[in-house]
Amino acid sequence: MASYLVRRLAGTVPVLLLISLLVFLLIHAAPGDPTLLLLGEETNAAQVELAKQRWGLNQPLYIQYLKFLQSAAVGDFGRSFKYTEPVMRVIMSRLPATIELAVVAIIIATVLAIPLGVWAGSRPNSWIDNLGTTFGLFGISMPSFWLAIMLILLLAGILNILPTSGRSTYGVAGPAQTGFYILDSILQKNWRALWDGLTHIFLPALALGVNMLGILMRVTRSAILEVMNEDYVQTARAKGLQEKKVVWRHVTRNALIPVITVVGLELGTLLSGSIIVETVFSWPGSGSLLITALNARDYPLVTGLVMTYTAAFVSINLIIDGLYAVVDPRIRY
Amino acid sequence: MRSLTLESATEERPAAQERRLPRLHVKAFTGGAIVLVFILAGIFGPGLAPADPNKQELTAMLKAPQGIGSAHALGTDNLGRDILSRVIHGSRVSLMVAFAVVFVSGFIGISLGAISGYFGGKIDFTIQKLVEVVWAFPPLLLGITIMAFLGQGLFNLILALVAQRWIPYCRVVRGQTLSLRSRDFVTAAQCLGATHRQIITRHVIPNLIQTSLVIGTFAMASSIIAEASLSFLGVGVPPEIPTWGTMLADARIYISTAWWLPLFPGLCIFITVLGINLLGDALRDLLDPRLKRTGTGI
Repeated sequence: MASYLVRRLAGTVPVLLLISLLVFLLIHAAPGDPTLLLLGEETNAAQVELAKQRWGLNQPLYIQYLKFLQSAAVGDFGRSFKYTEPVMRVIMSRLPATIELAVVAIIIATVLAIPLGVWAGSRPNSWIDNLGTTFGLFGISMPSFWLAIMLILLLAGILNILPTSGRSTYGVAGPAQTGFYILDSILQKNWRALWDGLTHIFLPALALGVNMLGILMRVTRSAILEVMNEDYVQTARAKGLQEKKVVWRHVTRNALIPVITVVGLELGTLLSGSIIVETVFSWPGSGSLLITALNARDYPLVTGLVMTYTAAFVSINLIIDGLYAVVDPRIRY
Repeated sequence: MRSLTLESATEERPAAQERRLPRLHVKAFTGGAIVLVFILAGIFGPGLAPADPNKQELTAMLKAPQGIGSAHALGTDNLGRDILSRVIHGSRVSLMVAFAVVFVSGFIGISLGAISGYFGGKIDFTIQKLVEVVWAFPPLLLGITIMAFLGQGLFNLILALVAQRWIPYCRVVRGQTLSLRSRDFVTAAQCLGATHRQIITRHVIPNLIQTSLVIGTFAMASSIIAEASLSFLGVGVPPEIPTWGTMLADARIYISTAWWLPLFPGLCIFITVLGINLLGDALRDLLDPRLKRTGTGI
């Protein structure tokens, strides 16, 4: 198991290297001079030259890349052009908001999808199955950013019951401890801030989670359907167990493996989905930061963000692989 | 686009099996009908649309939908452009982009997958490393990055969407080719002196078409959503071309004042994707129930 993970971990290094090269080349193939964009139109050649020198943009491309690699290895992606702060610091200040959003989205999705999937799968072709299947299909077909817009329109615009932008109302949140607002307000026993944070996060998390909800529901349903035919389920029934116990204790536990895979795979989709949902809700996370950075042609920040996202995605896949063995003792690496 | 499995009615009980076929038909029929309507709207769009989608009528800005038979059945946008006409024209561009993406990525993915599986060895290793690298990007992120740096435009957009969408084809096709390679008809063809190229194009690829068709359906659904997402973020189709995504982008600042601006283009995306997914589900159940384990989904 450990040696397997080490091998997998070593395997990701060349992948990350190639990705960094790809991103680096892509960024430098782009039209438009970042120096002009940052300094504005009213600059003279000397100023441009000075700025290029300071940011190292006048050196040959391969030297720029090697320098970038050298510092990227220790998590240093240079200074953001736009924020004039170290890239990692900018990203780290925004990351908790994205993680918090993703976690709440996953919670919403799993809490709704798994019972619904189990319910639908254990009663094939019943009305609840039909309802669940339709629901699942709607979930996977829904463009999350459109759902985001529609949620804003309905719950915030017309009914006016929920806030539509940002993470908290100004002045309500206490001092930041962990950077996770909900966690912070629980730690500080600031219930008003907790409620405020929850009302802010609910709509974006729902919009972000809807695709995962649909997929999870469908996967759970089909996994349940498959397990329902196993011999040990017959045995459980034959020894006179209640159907409820059969489903939840014998079927669901064995159907969980594909479900976990999908949660893992969908985490990546969730990460990139957050880019667009965060933009709609003005959520101050790393996703909306990416769009800002792209529009400003902030090379170091974009590179840092893309690398962060990719590294997160690769490690999630790795963790999921490791989790299989925990969930299913039959799997040995 | 990364779901591992997609549900299907696999229950083996006789009662369930009896009802399985009609259900399949309902799915296929509903999905097919929806897709057909939008394809027809796309083809005959210019003739069907009541007005020029880009004609600005500044005296009729932000008019609410007035119902069938009136001048602006679905209302007008912030520049007084007829929303019904824009939605119809939008289906043309959105579907064209999606079809192009599906065909190009299908071509690349099937070719590379077949080559990878057929030859094995170093060729296989190289192609699979490429797959691994491209697949290591979170979905959409690669598209956004490519678009942001290459600039807006239909060609770049198709490129950005193809960038990751050939992977599911490549993976599944490689797996199938591995098993096809050792089948008797391939050996027979080799004995008859067929070249590798002949074997791949005449004997291997025809056996991969059904599977690829199912992958293609789901790739189509994800392309439509991805195109809309990129256009919405302002890195997709240039803003002057009406697509469902650009319409949603235009609608963003009017969310609270004019509900019909974001409603109709979004509804079109949702219904089209729903239809395609229904069709894909039905196709997969019909052609190859095994596919549900191969990661071809949304």
